[in-house]
Amino acid sequence: MPTVAPLDLDGHCVAATFVADVPHFALADGHVHRLDHGHKSEKVHDGLLAATTDLASSRLVTGGEDGKVCSTKADGTSETLAELGRKWITSVACGPQGAIAYASGRNAYVRFADGKVKEFVHPRSVEGIAFSPKGMRIGVARYNGATLHFPAADGKPTELEWAGAHTGITFSPDGNFLVTTMQENALHGWKLVDGKHMRMSGYPAKVKSMSWSAKGKWLASSGAPAAIVWPFQSKDGPMGKAPLELGTRGNMMVSAVACHSADDIAAIGYADGMVLAARFADQKEVLLRRPGKGAITSMAWDKEGRRVVFGSESGDCGVIDIAG
Amino acid sequence: MSEAQTQIPVTVLTGYLGSGKTTLLNRILSENHGKRYAVIVNEFGEIGIDNDLIVESDEEIYEMNNGCVCCTVRGDLIRVVEGLMRRPGRFDAIVVETTGLADPVPVAQTFFMDDDVRSKTKLDAVVALVDAKHLPLRLKDSREAEDQIAFADVVVLNKTDLVDDEELRSVEATIRAINPAAKIHRTERAGVALDQVLDRGAFDLSRALENDPHFLEAHDHDHDHDHECGPDCDHDHHHDHHHHDHGVSPIHDVTVQSVSLRGGEMDSKKFFPWIEKITQAEGPNILRLKGIIAFKDDPDRYVIQGVHMIIEGDHQRAWKDGENHDSRLVFIGRELDAEKLKRTFEACQAA
Repeated sequence: MPTVAPLDLDGHCVAATFVADVPHFALADGHVHRLDHGHKSEKVHDGLLAATTDLASSRLVTGGEDGKVCSTKADGTSETLAELGRKWITSVACGPQGAIAYASGRNAYVRFADGKVKEFVHPRSVEGIAFSPKGMRIGVARYNGATLHFPAADGKPTELEWAGAHTGITFSPDGNFLVTTMQENALHGWKLVDGKHMRMSGYPAKVKSMSWSAKGKWLASSGAPAAIVWPFQSKDGPMGKAPLELGTRGNMMVSAVACHSADDIAAIGYADGMVLAARFADQKEVLLRRPGKGAITSMAWDKEGRRVVFGSESGDCGVIDIAG
Repeated sequence: MSEAQTQIPVTVLTGYLGSGKTTLLNRILSENHGKRYAVIVNEFGEIGIDNDLIVESDEEIYEMNNGCVCCTVRGDLIRVVEGLMRRPGRFDAIVVETTGLADPVPVAQTFFMDDDVRSKTKLDAVVALVDAKHLPLRLKDSREAEDQIAFADVVVLNKTDLVDDEELRSVEATIRAINPAAKIHRTERAGVALDQVLDRGAFDLSRALENDPHFLEAHDHDHDHDHECGPDCDHDHHHDHHHHDHGVSPIHDVTVQSVSLRGGEMDSKKFFPWIEKITQAEGPNILRLKGIIAFKDDPDRYVIQGVHMIIEGDHQRAWKDGENHDSRLVFIGRELDAEKLKRTFEACQAA
């Protein structure tokens, strides 16, 4: 039986994740909480807007309303990587070789491990930012499409056009596909080798959470009363194929998804705080957490795939041990 | 499910450069009114107040789907409001300041179109600041100045000390011609009482039109009511009101018109399909619509309001004893066919 170790915090949880195998919870008020032989917390920002871990899960990189980009380690030590004054840092991403990227207004920035910063100015707001898993490349979600930059080299960016407002962005783990969330209730994808479009629509609500399966064969997403899981096994991605619908509930929206670290299983978080795990192969479901106080906003699996951290918009967070 | 969250009211402040927006904002931020405001501005610029609830945001106009104006939103507001609302309890209300040239419609539509924004906030009122001296010039060189007035619930006619009585009367008549439903406050140095611009509930169906004598009595030609023009008001209401239902206003530079309709009790089976059809077909031309509808055999007043194609309606309250069961509807927009609207509206009346 799965067991839940609850952590009741005060405020909206922006990100729940593992840093060096320690459960971390980044809250909108700027505090980063962790469960490391007891509950500890540090105030990192005056208002936290975005958070993500680096590729090795060795540090948490956060952006705030205070215009700062910070890096926090599992021992609670924190360092300021960048400062933009009174501007909001709305999106952060971590890339290879210790590089990070962050966005504020119409600008995207890449900061290399040596502290050198490269700025990319766009005609419209940078809504989302992500690193490609291969090479030093970032993707920026923007109005009417996405822009790819190669921060280590000079040269023109690659523009991918699709009408509408693109808000979030992710590369497939093999680097072959780019997928954006949209202001409309849809995802849009590009096959990067030839720029072919993939329209993934039919959602009843905006998609706010996406997660690639461990081997990158599936992309799970929120925005419906089930986790919508698109097949990416073939070279043309999900085109012409129906997605899986996992954990379907009558009248409750999925608000967050997180794929397992090794197997084709997803943790599915709902607007009422419930968390299920569902296996892609046979769609078998296991209840991990009963409904709580607020919508699940963020989840992550540990490296071994045994524990799930979750956070909610009401602050009722926790760690689920699958094996109990 | 999370406990029901109260929706935070949002006031939208429009107006040209120099109309007094910054003065008014500074008052909202500094006066001792017991409320805390988060303010979303385009540039920190002249606001000389250091306050971490002032957020700078680039105006991002996002068209959705098909590029229709009715589906245009302010993308940056979605992001900023979402961020602010993750830390509720820090403020009681939000004020959005737009740039001088801004079209107020996408701002307003954001609060109806986006589910997340809509669930956490509610549009309170659109307030337009107007420079009494320069309005005639503005109306000549831009459509935005006109749109801002046409779209407003409250017009603050500022800098009245810079014009003489006649100019002031003429400017106010122009504003009335563009928007007969707005409240007008004459001010110097944006000195309007803050409770006249904040927490107005102009989009709240239970409050909308309740305290809106100009709208309700636009055609009564009975102007003993408590009007909104200020203690020094001496203009002739009869004169002003003659513009209302004459289609395009006689003022040369004004392209916005209003059509005021009035009828008796309506047949709901005819009215709803009609308003649906009108707003679908004419949505892009309709900036605002507001109305109080009396339905036959219905003891309650029905209020309706709209922005482009978005319409909302609800029962508001019971008709009072002795109250006339009249239906009134005002359209503010461009290229409206007044004759057709009147004819088709009247055809919805109950037999």
